[in-house]
Amino acid sequence: MSPPPKIKIRVRFRRDGKIRFISHRDTARLMERAIRKIGLPIAYSEGFSPRPRIAFGLALTVAYESDAEFLDIDLVTPVDCEGLPERLTDALPDGLTVDAAVPLENGSESLQQAIVSCSWLVEVLGSHRAPAEPADDVTTDTAGALGANVDEDIAALVVAVEEAVAAVLAAPELPLERERKGKVTVADVRPAILDLEVTGPTEHGVQLNAVLATETVTLRPAELVRVLGDEFREGRVRRTHQWTRVDGIEQEPVNPSSANRSAELAGMRDS
Amino acid sequence: MRRMTSVWPRLEPHLARVQKPARYIGCEEGAKAKTPDDSLVSWLFMYPDAYEIGLPNQGLQILYEIVNERSDARADRSYAPWSDLEAIMREEQIPLFSVEHHTPGAEFDAIGFNLSAELTYTNLLNCVDLAGIPIRTADRSIDDPLVMAGGHCTYNPEPLADFLDVVVLGDGEEVVGELTDVLVDWRAHRDESGRTRTDLLRAIARVEGCYVPSLYEPTYADGHFTGLQPLFADAPEIIEKRTIADLGEWPYPKEQLSPLTEVVHDRLNVEVFRGCTRGCRFCQAGMITRPVRERPADQVRHMVAKGLERTGYDEVSLTSLSTADFSGIEPTVKGIMSDAADAGCGPISVSLPSLRVDAFGVDIAAQINGAKRTGLTFAPEAGTWRMRQIINKLIREEDLYEAVDAAFSQGWQRVKLYFLIGLPSETDEDTLGIAELSKNCVAIGRKYTKRASVTASVGGFVPKPFTPFQWFGQNTVEELQRKVNLLRDATRRMHGVNLKWHDPKATLAEGIASRGDRRVGAVIEDVWRNGGTFQEWSENFEVDRWHEAMDRAGLTIEDMVYRHRGEADVLPWEHLSAGLHKDFLWDDWQDALAEVGLPDCRWTPCYDCGACTGYGIEHVVASATPPAGGSQGTGQDLSIGHAVPVQLLERR
Ligand code: SF4
Repeated sequence: MSPPPKIKIRVRFRRDGKIRFISHRDTARLMERAIRKIGLPIAYSEGFSPRPRIAFGLALTVAYESDAEFLDIDLVTPVDCEGLPERLTDALPDGLTVDAAVPLENGSESLQQAIVSCSWLVEVLGSHRAPAEPADDVTTDTAGALGANVDEDIAALVVAVEEAVAAVLAAPELPLERERKGKVTVADVRPAILDLEVTGPTEHGVQLNAVLATETVTLRPAELVRVLGDEFREGRVRRTHQWTRVDGIEQEPVNPSSANRSAELAGMRDS
Repeated sequence: MRRMTSVWPRLEPHLARVQKPARYIGCEEGAKAKTPDDSLVSWLFMYPDAYEIGLPNQGLQILYEIVNERSDARADRSYAPWSDLEAIMREEQIPLFSVEHHTPGAEFDAIGFNLSAELTYTNLLNCVDLAGIPIRTADRSIDDPLVMAGGHCTYNPEPLADFLDVVVLGDGEEVVGELTDVLVDWRAHRDESGRTRTDLLRAIARVEGCYVPSLYEPTYADGHFTGLQPLFADAPEIIEKRTIADLGEWPYPKEQLSPLTEVVHDRLNVEVFRGCTRGCRFCQAGMITRPVRERPADQVRHMVAKGLERTGYDEVSLTSLSTADFSGIEPTVKGIMSDAADAGCGPISVSLPSLRVDAFGVDIAAQINGAKRTGLTFAPEAGTWRMRQIINKLIREEDLYEAVDAAFSQGWQRVKLYFLIGLPSETDEDTLGIAELSKNCVAIGRKYTKRASVTASVGGFVPKPFTPFQWFGQNTVEELQRKVNLLRDATRRMHGVNLKWHDPKATLAEGIASRGDRRVGAVIEDVWRNGGTFQEWSENFEVDRWHEAMDRAGLTIEDMVYRHRGEADVLPWEHLSAGLHKDFLWDDWQDALAEVGLPDCRWTPCYDCGACTGYGIEHVVASATPPAGGSQGTGQDLSIGHAVPVQLLERR
């Protein structure tokens, strides 16, 4: 079989705007095409139908945005990572932006194994309201036209969400029903909520900052909203970090500041 | 004047809860983001099926680029929204929109549909309706967009005659510009008093290749169609198709769209020639796109190299109706491979759709053996030599076996074979020949690998306009089903043979639309009104809707689909011309019944089908030498063939 690859780089990228509606598979295909466009000496799998050797971290749900997606690329010859983020970004469609690229040490854990939790910004909407009308990407003036009592509604929603958050954090157990392939299971998901706070109102709802576990007991943002209560709906969701645990200390697989980008996001976890 | 708005703010909040929302966001690489500007003539090019089927359509991509290159016009694209989004759109009153700017469909000057499949007709009505435009031409006002269609199905547009303002026949590259000119002129004068929509339509009817159905009235006698009468003296009696003489002058699409999400044919596609003179008698595409016009080989190489570099694709398909016939196909493929290696592209694969078995040798097999080899497809079309003579697909059994041997010897493990059932004068022996051929191919594969398998894909034959088989009465659903069952029984114990077949009921619906006259419009509308959209998708297809609609329209399937037509019958498409002489088609039909084949006129003398002679053009082929295997793969003596040039004759 193929010898183990010797040269790996790890790439950190973001997903913003309209392109958040693509799937994980789509992202993989776009990355493959970008890698080919800029001529990176990528390794291919052996066999009848060789595939480029790339590996992603945890899949990002369709419609979610992210500041912290990761990709490992196997190479056949070393490349200089200087300037690589910019070149990859240019080769990618609008909305996918590469922030960092670093060489990986031999024997690094795969991304899938390494990630223990993720940080999320989760917008919570009231279920009685018409769906939100986000302000970005608007090319004309048809947005707006919301009633005058919007601010009051949102203030009430903030209170309701704060109460729900407090109740969830105080709960000794949080049973969540899940259905998978026709089978219903119940799990206590309280241990999966590592951190949860209300950060304030958004244009149409309330924003939460949540840290949710991705190993052992797991919880997804949509499930978190369900746990908060039936009266809430999920709005915009953005992954802000993926965390690994090395020697008991949580850190990012690639810090954005490890390339040329300023470390504005790096401190968020510390608070 | 209308202003261009966007439905995006209203659409976006719903996208997270529909399937595959990436269908609706545009953002493809290569998309033209020409800002909506109401001073420009605006086109919406639309494929009336799901995004993943419609996006790769090369015809629409070509027109989209040509229009966007103009300074006085712009074009967006749209596709049929899937049923889940449609329900939301109807509930929230969000109209059909373009994917680039999410501009409502009704704000365009013209909507141009591509019609490649009859079973999308009900989707066309649905899209027009979702745009908020009256579905019938008669109900549209001067402010409504023109609803137009082009593509292969327009060679019998009568089932859609009540719904289409304009039908465009043939190659679109030139005529789209002429239509845009008419629209530019119309915009300058439309607000003058007394102007009506009919004025615009009459101006368009004067553009060659453009058929305006509302300017003609059908006549019937004894329940049969007897002809169309022009209502105005300036509406031409015969509408001739458009043909571009030189494909080399139209290197489009220059920037093929590469989508964000998965679509069919997700690879670079470069058209290497248009037209086909192999003369397969069931094949409408071959008949209506004559003559053969090749793209210069160096242009092909250039387009491939540029396209791979620009898109990052690792696969290119050289498209045409029969790519192995391209002059110098082997050096071209070799050149493409070496260009890609020079550019450091990594492994690439070249795929040649519709491989001719007689031209597929170990050489080509080795050449296209690149990045991925999922399966190879050949199209012998019929199971016996007798049947293949009738359809003029003159492939010998040995040719097929050699090709299959070449494929398996080069490492392929799966081979797909396309067949038709329900062909003229077909016997059970012919049908069962399909199983026999497939079995023998598996045996050849087993010499190389135990995993060798052959998929026999069987479709029911639908006679199409402007083919020698246009007079043939389609097999009944029961007859097709009986033949499928025969094959199912025969292949059940054939290890390695997988049988796949089309639903004969869907074949029936296709038959209704394929050769129906204007009265079938009511059937299409009825099926649509009763929820029959996405009829190409088996999960949405209900044949009862079609039966009931035929009943309500007072039409019978017996008459519209199963009936054999005679020489004296007036066919619903006789006011249109694909260049082919009717007597050529009739003679070829008689030859078929007599089991007589016809050679390829690229390398044998012209038999004056009309395609070249009528337009003063001829085949543009780079090589006067026929490909290996002879003009029809029969090893027939072609020594005189290439010595005789195509002659330009007076139209009879
Ligand atoms: S006119 Fe003659 S040369 Fe041209 S396609 Fe017809 S038969 Fe062939």
